[in-house]
Amino acid sequence: MAFLDYLINGISLGSIYAVIALGYTLVYGIAKMLNFAHGDVIMVGGYVIFTMMSNVGLNSYVSVLIAMAACTVLGITIEKIAYKPLRQSTNLAVLITAIGVSYFLQNIALIIFGEKPVTFKSVIDLPKITLFDGQIVIKSEAIASIIVSVVIVVGLSLFVNKTKSGRAMLAVSEDKDAARLMGINVNRTISLTFAIGSGLAAIAGALLCSSYPVLSNTTGAMPGIKAFVAAVFGGIGSIPGAMVGGLLIGVIEILGRAYISPQLADAIVFAVLIIVLIVRPTGILGKKVNEKV
Amino acid sequence: MALLEVKKLGISFGGLRAVDDFSVSIEKGDLYGLIGPNGAGKTTIFNLLTGVYKPTDGSITLDGVNITGKSTIEINKAGIARTFQNIRLFSKLSVLDNVKAGLTNKYRYSTATGIFRLPKYFRLEREMTERALELLRPFELDGDADVIAANLPYGKQRKLEIARALATDPKLLLLDEPAAGMNPKETAGLMNTILTVRDDFGVTVLLIEHDMALVSGICEKLSVLNFGQLLCEGPTGQVLNDPEVIKAYLGE
Repeated sequence: MAFLDYLINGISLGSIYAVIALGYTLVYGIAKMLNFAHGDVIMVGGYVIFTMMSNVGLNSYVSVLIAMAACTVLGITIEKIAYKPLRQSTNLAVLITAIGVSYFLQNIALIIFGEKPVTFKSVIDLPKITLFDGQIVIKSEAIASIIVSVVIVVGLSLFVNKTKSGRAMLAVSEDKDAARLMGINVNRTISLTFAIGSGLAAIAGALLCSSYPVLSNTTGAMPGIKAFVAAVFGGIGSIPGAMVGGLLIGVIEILGRAYISPQLADAIVFAVLIIVLIVRPTGILGKKVNEKV
Repeated sequence: MALLEVKKLGISFGGLRAVDDFSVSIEKGDLYGLIGPNGAGKTTIFNLLTGVYKPTDGSITLDGVNITGKSTIEINKAGIARTFQNIRLFSKLSVLDNVKAGLTNKYRYSTATGIFRLPKYFRLEREMTERALELLRPFELDGDADVIAANLPYGKQRKLEIARALATDPKLLLLDEPAAGMNPKETAGLMNTILTVRDDFGVTVLLIEHDMALVSGICEKLSVLNFGQLLCEGPTGQVLNDPEVIKAYLGE
């Protein structure tokens, strides 16, 4: 029964990683950049929810909606100010800027909320599920994480593949100049990508902080990096890949912590990444790139 | 009034004068050719006409509207579409989605409408699909609508690029070496396609081409470019027999 318990915990954590990984994979797939500040947008989302619930006294779901709006605006603003001027620069310049934005957000949060972590009140107030006469208890946060991530993956796939804005995103991801010549507004499409990715980060923040209720200015950093691993693991740029990668990383982390060593759990996650990159550089669901000779 | 009126167009890249003092006047319904030796500046002129490059001198007027220095999107909305010398389809998208991507600006619904799948979303997507199939039919591509663009044979990819460009509902279509890499049979098919575009879609065509069979077969008027400057212009038969033109192509 303990194994089943760990597995459910792993799937739950993996679902959260999947939602974060979707943000990475979407921005990478369309704008061709790694937005390393993505994890910190999650932290901002967490603080917005915390403030709305604790200080303003709003309903938890309303707080999440406000956080989504705030993170969407934040994502668009970051893109406009920090990344757009670098559209023609090397990938490395954009990557370093993203790391800069990450530290900027962490330190702004430090100034506003201080270094002492706050205790986050779960946004989910549903009953937990008890199975096998109380031998297995599934927390409502775990159920919510799994359901929300599945809904997001399905919704996002439908959006990207079946709508006009999604088609514009795919066109921009392949050939910006050709897209522009077909009348597609490339800047607006990239802004939209950041808006969606950051809105998802707010949802991820709500799920993450509800399951692991300690919130500080570095809360988003480590899950952000692990979700990035998940995105690469599943095949960066692929929406189903982010889901698969997220779930696997979550399960590997929890099982590793339980059966191998709690201290080595993170090391195991990164070791898995290294192995995957050696065996399959494009990830599990990533497309094979054929170099034309 | 001419559909496209280009006056004294010029652009310099550093010290290089890529296009200098180029003027052309294209009437509505023309099938116009732009020819010249490699490196003469033909594609540069296409890039100037579509706003990829901003001209250093001169003016471009489309249907009475001055589009000089406008952005690519504004120029596309004003009515110029193009294809590329090396095919640049959205290769991972289906044939249908390539054309639908070109329809982006003609069927407007908000992102939220798409996310929440409101009735307007279904109605407009259906209309877009119908319109896209209508555009594919004359090119005999409607049967391949679900094929991924990269998997189409070469000749069909060229045709799809033209269909995608037509989706933006242009007044003027620029074709950059449409026959490049085609065998004589494919070229003959392409000539019919181009005539269809002009006659059935009512689109004026300006094309760059090296294939003289195609140029003399369908172009009614020509401009010859050499070292970035206009060498000669006029009716096709006359231009191709001009001693200056023969000299530019074959040397002394």
